[in-house]
Amino acid sequence: MRVQVVINGEKREADAEPRLLLVHLIRDVFRLTGTHIGCDTTHCGACTVLLDGRAVKSCTMFAAQANGRAITTVEGLERDGALHPLQQAFMEEHGLQCGFCTPGMLMTGVAFLEKHRRPSEEDIRWAISGNLCRCTGYVNIVKAFQQAAATLAGGGA
Amino acid sequence: MTPRTSPEVGGMGHSVKRKEDPRFIRGQGTYVDDIELPGMLYLDIVRSPFAHAKIVKIDTARALATPGVLAVITGKDLEKYNLHWMPTLMSDTQMVLPVDRVMYQAQEVAAVLATSRYAAADGVEAVEVDYDPLPVVVDPHKALEKGAPVLRTDKKDRKDNRIWHWEWGDKAATDRLFSEADVTVQEKLYIPRIHVASIETCGCVAQFDKVTGKLTVWMTTQAPHAIRTVFALVAGHVGLEEHKIRIISPDIGGGFGGKVPVYPGYVIAVAASVLTGKPVKWIEDRMENLQADSFARDYHITAQVAAKKDGTLTALRFDTVADHGYTDAAANPSKFPAGLFHVCTGSYDFKSAHVAVDGVYTNKPPGGIAYRCSFRVTEAVYAIERMADIMAHQLGMDPAEFRLKNFIKPEQFPYKSALGWEYDSGDYGRALRLAMERVGYAELRREQAEKRKRGELMGIGISSFTEIVGAGPSKHFDILGLKMFDSCEIRVHPTGKAIARFGTKSQGQGHETTYAQILAEELGIPAKDIQVEEGDTDTAPYGLGTYASRSTPVAGAAAAMASRKIRDKARLIAAHLLEAAPEDLVWEPGKFSVKGAPGKAKTIQEIAFAAYTNHPQGMEAGLEAVSYYDPPNLTYPFGSYICVVDIDKGTGEVKVRRFVAVDDCGNIINPMIVAGQIHGGLTMGLAPALFEEISYDEQGNVHGGSFMDYLVPTAMETPKWECDATVTPSPHHPLGAKGVGESATVGAPAAIANAVVDALWHLGVRHIDIPITPAKVWRVLREKGVTE
Repeated sequence: MRVQVVINGEKREADAEPRLLLVHLIRDVFRLTGTHIGCDTTHCGACTVLLDGRAVKSCTMFAAQANGRAITTVEGLERDGALHPLQQAFMEEHGLQCGFCTPGMLMTGVAFLEKHRRPSEEDIRWAISGNLCRCTGYVNIVKAFQQAAATLAGGGA
Repeated sequence: MTPRTSPEVGGMGHSVKRKEDPRFIRGQGTYVDDIELPGMLYLDIVRSPFAHAKIVKIDTARALATPGVLAVITGKDLEKYNLHWMPTLMSDTQMVLPVDRVMYQAQEVAAVLATSRYAAADGVEAVEVDYDPLPVVVDPHKALEKGAPVLRTDKKDRKDNRIWHWEWGDKAATDRLFSEADVTVQEKLYIPRIHVASIETCGCVAQFDKVTGKLTVWMTTQAPHAIRTVFALVAGHVGLEEHKIRIISPDIGGGFGGKVPVYPGYVIAVAASVLTGKPVKWIEDRMENLQADSFARDYHITAQVAAKKDGTLTALRFDTVADHGYTDAAANPSKFPAGLFHVCTGSYDFKSAHVAVDGVYTNKPPGGIAYRCSFRVTEAVYAIERMADIMAHQLGMDPAEFRLKNFIKPEQFPYKSALGWEYDSGDYGRALRLAMERVGYAELRREQAEKRKRGELMGIGISSFTEIVGAGPSKHFDILGLKMFDSCEIRVHPTGKAIARFGTKSQGQGHETTYAQILAEELGIPAKDIQVEEGDTDTAPYGLGTYASRSTPVAGAAAAMASRKIRDKARLIAAHLLEAAPEDLVWEPGKFSVKGAPGKAKTIQEIAFAAYTNHPQGMEAGLEAVSYYDPPNLTYPFGSYICVVDIDKGTGEVKVRRFVAVDDCGNIINPMIVAGQIHGGLTMGLAPALFEEISYDEQGNVHGGSFMDYLVPTAMETPKWECDATVTPSPHHPLGAKGVGESATVGAPAAIANAVVDALWHLGVRHIDIPITPAKVWRVLREKGVTE
């Protein structure tokens, strides 16, 4: 079947088997490999992308379900050479190590910070509890979220 | 430590932002599954539902009729090339694909080669295998009993399931001390099977060029050079010689020890590429990763310690049954079948000790690899720290006071342990006292006493661990005969920028940043001007790779030594430029100046330019060096952790209220990265203490084989770690550094377990095996008559 999406602001279409997972459409068909796959049970969140602005795990959706909708992946966060404040904060707070969970964490975070401008640490921990990180112990990811929240509250981006 | 270099240079002690991050936060990293080559085929694997069975028949007809499926590879196909078995790192043997028998659930049975991922998966579904189940042995104690089915019938001379029996230490002296002891304690400690579960699973892309005969493999490996040599040894007879093999380890999504071994999937993908001449991708899924890749631990320890009644520890005896699954595929230095488990006298001044370990075959996946630790050090630390606590409680002594009394004293270093290790440096009392101060130890004990009166359950647990990392000196350390040195090659370009290549491979540790900082420290070239590369065997110097916290102790030292060779040559060039005698020049990071005339100086950049444009006659041009560093000793990072838990009497849930970690990894290269390593390590220490376990039922069915029931901690379960540090440099490491990636994983589980038992000791509880789940605690509470 034909699937049409707007991905990172660009209209794309592809022939997709009905069973094709959204994550494979993104990675294998569109070759946007920043979105990762870390499990097969919807636990790790490495595949998180935004679908019409909402964070979803793209390993648990069919490509067909994204038909006619807008997808944002990690590759779409940087605008006109300016990083999203959360990307910037991840670098400054050492919120990543191996980098494999990072795109998923970022996408979860971008959607979360849209709705929660002054999150508490508990709010942040709850928000990322569907994204597993094996390297950081989450300490600096939480700090990065706090820094990005402060930047966004201060009118940045 | 105040940095010697400016922030612009960014040498040791600066929290330089990571060079790796700009690509990762943009999704521009290149992990193995991101690699796509023209005409690439996909491999997927048929796995056994049985833990032990004869393969009666493999029917591939329906699979071969599946659209997109090109071939089904079985053990019989590989047998034609003598590639159906391969050696393990411990010189045992492991099946690539079975010819007639499977030995554990989820073992590879056949492989399907297809034009897409989905077609390969369809093919796997369509392969029909008839099995004839055989008796299953999952309990290693039963495996050792007389009359147990002998599992490795492929080994003609094998009469039982004992792989090896290994002893270390003075048995007679230890027995004597036990018989003379005022107090002895004994406990059975089971350290369960766990899995590193890096968020990236394992996989590879193998590309064989039929014209040149060259094989290139992009793979998730922590040790690319060793892998190249292993491939050449295994497949040299079919034409894959070492100069025709290139292993590339691209960005790696976490390793923790799980990406050291060679898994059958890699070998099958290589074979498939060689046979078809097409690139072949194999990426395992999470369930395959958890169920079939090498596990860690699975140690059954009967631990005993002896002491005088004043609390002085005298002797230690650990007898262990080590469940290795169906083959010994541990990743240990070959001289030490139980790894460095005999560092188990820990931080204490024992007079004598004796350790015995039996390696046992069972119907489980192979392994005995690390879980972010150096060769069984976590097993050793967990056992000694649990036993120290049990002894303290038995004697009625405060566990902190007990430890302070028994620590090896600072003036005893270098210290020869009862089991023969030479500890390089340490100040254990300082670390513990700092942790006690940070956590408010005395106040917590008062609070605990108050709460106990009210029937509330609160515990305080200490772990004062000593690690042993940086393997290792070539006299004792090799893997498959390859000595455990590591390497650095530096090329300083004419414009004063540099590239440095290493035999190690980062999996998130930030080598591109920290290694550049070492060069910046030693040469004064700004870290930002130094490109670090690893992981490509065609370009990097030979090295044994990254695991066991060996990168900084070994390759980091090589970076310092190679830098110093460059500095030696730079001195001669500077002398030529300044028309001075080399011995009259003074080095400070970044320049040589003439003694007494600081204005007369040449920067390292000027010297580099001269090395290519105006080098002295009789000297070779260029400014390059390579070092293969053979460490004179291991390094011994240490620390003291204090954990405070509250236990819910109704549910049995253990809540970690506070966790203070004081680490000492010697001199620090990048404080930000060190802190990050400790945060992550602590979380991987929390995980097996409270959540993670892979277990098997009597039929060998795996429990914990997916993220549904293998509980990797999320941000919600992870406490807020409180970290601090002391600095006791290593006297033998050129930078005084010790390595830090694994300390916290090693030290944390015992602190948590000790806290739980500390909360329950007054009820008569002496031990609960990890993971300390709510169900286990709830059962213990009910047994002890505690009600909500």
